[in-house]
Amino acid sequence: MLKVLFKRLFSKLWRDPVWRDVLFQTGLILAIVLVGYQIIQNTLHNLETLGISTGFGFLSESAGFGIIQSLIEYDESFSFGRTFVVGLLNTLLVSSLGVVLATLLGFLIGIASLSSNWLLTRLAVAYVECFRNIPLLLQIFFWYFAVLGVLPSPRESLAWGDWLFLNVRGVYIPKPELTGETPVFYGSFLFAFLVTVSLAWAGRQYKRQTGRTLPWIKSLFLVGIVAIPLITGWVSGVRVGWELPVQGRFNLSGGLSLIPELVALLLALSIYTAAFIAEVVRAGIQSVSKGQREAAAALGLRQGRILKLVVIPQAMRVIIPPMTNQYLNLIKNSSLATAIGYPDLVNVFAGTTLNQTGQAVEVIAMTMAVYLLISLMVSLFMNAYNRYMAMVER
Amino acid sequence: MAVTCLLGVLAGNATSANAASTLEAVKEKGFLTCGVNTGLPGFSSPDEKGHWTGMDVDVCRAVATAALGDAKKVKFIPLTAKERFTALQSGEIDLLSRNTTWTLTRDATLGLNFAGVAYYDGQGFMVKKSLGVSSAKELSGAAVCIQSGTTTELNLADYFRLNGMKYDPVVFDTSDGTAKGFDAGRCDVLTSDQSQLYALRLRLSKPDEAIVLPEIISKEPLGPLVRQGDDQWFNIVKWSLSAMINAEELGLNSANIDSKKMSKDPAIQRFLGMDGPKGKGMDLSDDWAWQIVRQVGNYGEVFDRNVGMASPLKIKRGLNSLWSDGGIMYAPPHR
Repeated sequence: MLKVLFKRLFSKLWRDPVWRDVLFQTGLILAIVLVGYQIIQNTLHNLETLGISTGFGFLSESAGFGIIQSLIEYDESFSFGRTFVVGLLNTLLVSSLGVVLATLLGFLIGIASLSSNWLLTRLAVAYVECFRNIPLLLQIFFWYFAVLGVLPSPRESLAWGDWLFLNVRGVYIPKPELTGETPVFYGSFLFAFLVTVSLAWAGRQYKRQTGRTLPWIKSLFLVGIVAIPLITGWVSGVRVGWELPVQGRFNLSGGLSLIPELVALLLALSIYTAAFIAEVVRAGIQSVSKGQREAAAALGLRQGRILKLVVIPQAMRVIIPPMTNQYLNLIKNSSLATAIGYPDLVNVFAGTTLNQTGQAVEVIAMTMAVYLLISLMVSLFMNAYNRYMAMVER
Repeated sequence: MAVTCLLGVLAGNATSANAASTLEAVKEKGFLTCGVNTGLPGFSSPDEKGHWTGMDVDVCRAVATAALGDAKKVKFIPLTAKERFTALQSGEIDLLSRNTTWTLTRDATLGLNFAGVAYYDGQGFMVKKSLGVSSAKELSGAAVCIQSGTTTELNLADYFRLNGMKYDPVVFDTSDGTAKGFDAGRCDVLTSDQSQLYALRLRLSKPDEAIVLPEIISKEPLGPLVRQGDDQWFNIVKWSLSAMINAEELGLNSANIDSKKMSKDPAIQRFLGMDGPKGKGMDLSDDWAWQIVRQVGNYGEVFDRNVGMASPLKIKRGLNSLWSDGGIMYAPPHR
């Protein structure tokens, strides 16, 4: 009796699509959890059998090796945890600079490829075909060994006065140094920034309500962001000094320097990715129907204004999603840094730290998690931007 | 490489990496997989025909001779410093013979065992003569080329910190990379184990313009490694190395070993497997040590032809002389 009842209930539930979905999906989740658990247990067991240390305790041990470029304070006495941060910041540095450069270059070339100037169009096409089709690693080697590697030695640096030096060890420029009441300067800078932001907001509101631009807004911006800090700084005695690079016994010392590894990687990443971005931009612009241009031209707008006010805003909707992919690719490709010894996350942490501690599982897991996190954040930001730019239906 | 090896550790079963015994696995495959340097003259480097030579390579050959009876049955896997340990841990190779320094961390936390010392080395510095430097103490502010993931990298940091000096580390993946960087002027100093400095100097475009500074800042005992947990295999590697050293001490070499069969010396009788422990306990054939000397040579021969006076490197025996000749090369007795 009970059996029959159960059977009936089951077959009824089985036919109910909602219940069936719940059943299958619970089953799937359970299976994934089980497999994951199995993998973790198996790994831990294997590591123990093999006599390999596990855990994250190594992060607080002192690293004992030097890193050539660090955005935060670092020397050999800092911990392996610190090497992780140093590597991460170096990755973020080269990626963010790369994204900005690649975007600028990509846009210029994308627009150039649609120009009515025959030569400009050909050049843009040649650029895209050339840099898109050569493996990135080879391009990195090209910039590092063939271009930067043949620069003169530090003693025979190419120099422009006392200001700019270029040699096989990198580029050296003076480093600005503020002396005097610097808090006053920074405070007034912050104040000026806030003033400018509120001005911009007010100007926007005004334009939205009246359709007119506030006539004096541009000069106000200039006053807000430039003049206020300069005046308060000057009055309170803040002066800008320059620390010049000086020839030391072996190398130039002092000033700001860009190591050739960074320059080579940055050039290769930006130039390579720009070729893809140029294509994305070209496709985006071509997606805007010809009628839009013609209509804008009929209103008497000049070419530049047509591009800025009519074509690009519409093209952006097509451009942003594939652009996100290019940014993610650039960030991930920055891990090729290892090939030329730029101290990025993969080189410093997943390379040297892994090798010095031997804790491959933990180190690789952390590195993968970080790349995943960076990529997710970029795509979150770009998706938000995409929604902001999307066509507003009225 | 490191990542594929890692996947091995993650997904593979530990027992399959260790098999029942490494010896059985090697016999089944019919060859030994041996991890070596990607290219370091004198220790392991391939010639134009792809034939590997060097001291580390000869250790691989000696182990293959003991295990399989044939020095040719080795598959060499070139590894960078960063890749080497994961490759061994995950079972990608049976033996790591790649100028690796014996340290506490490596012995105690990596799940690995050092099977002895094949070369006593120490870290030194090489600079261009034109810099006019005569001591490592004058190197503050210099850019230094190093190979990443090595003890060299750590010793360098210690040495400069201890002496209150600053340096810019220019880190490369391979020892060849460090030599290229030094050659191109990317760095002022190349630091590495001294034996490597002599080897790398040959690779420079103008070897005569570089000098090796007198300071030796560390001790670097280099030797072969195996995975923990297979004592039989550990013993085989340990005793293959010992056999080469003991053979030199007994005056046995690849040329005279067959004629020594009639020797009345009981130590030689034991060595040749006519008497004594033979291959028992290690599951080897009785003439395993004999075959090593016949096919690969004794320690002195291996040293001479790869790094010593008969090679382009011309390194003196020094510490690596036998204990009986004033060095510290010493193997436990073969009995």
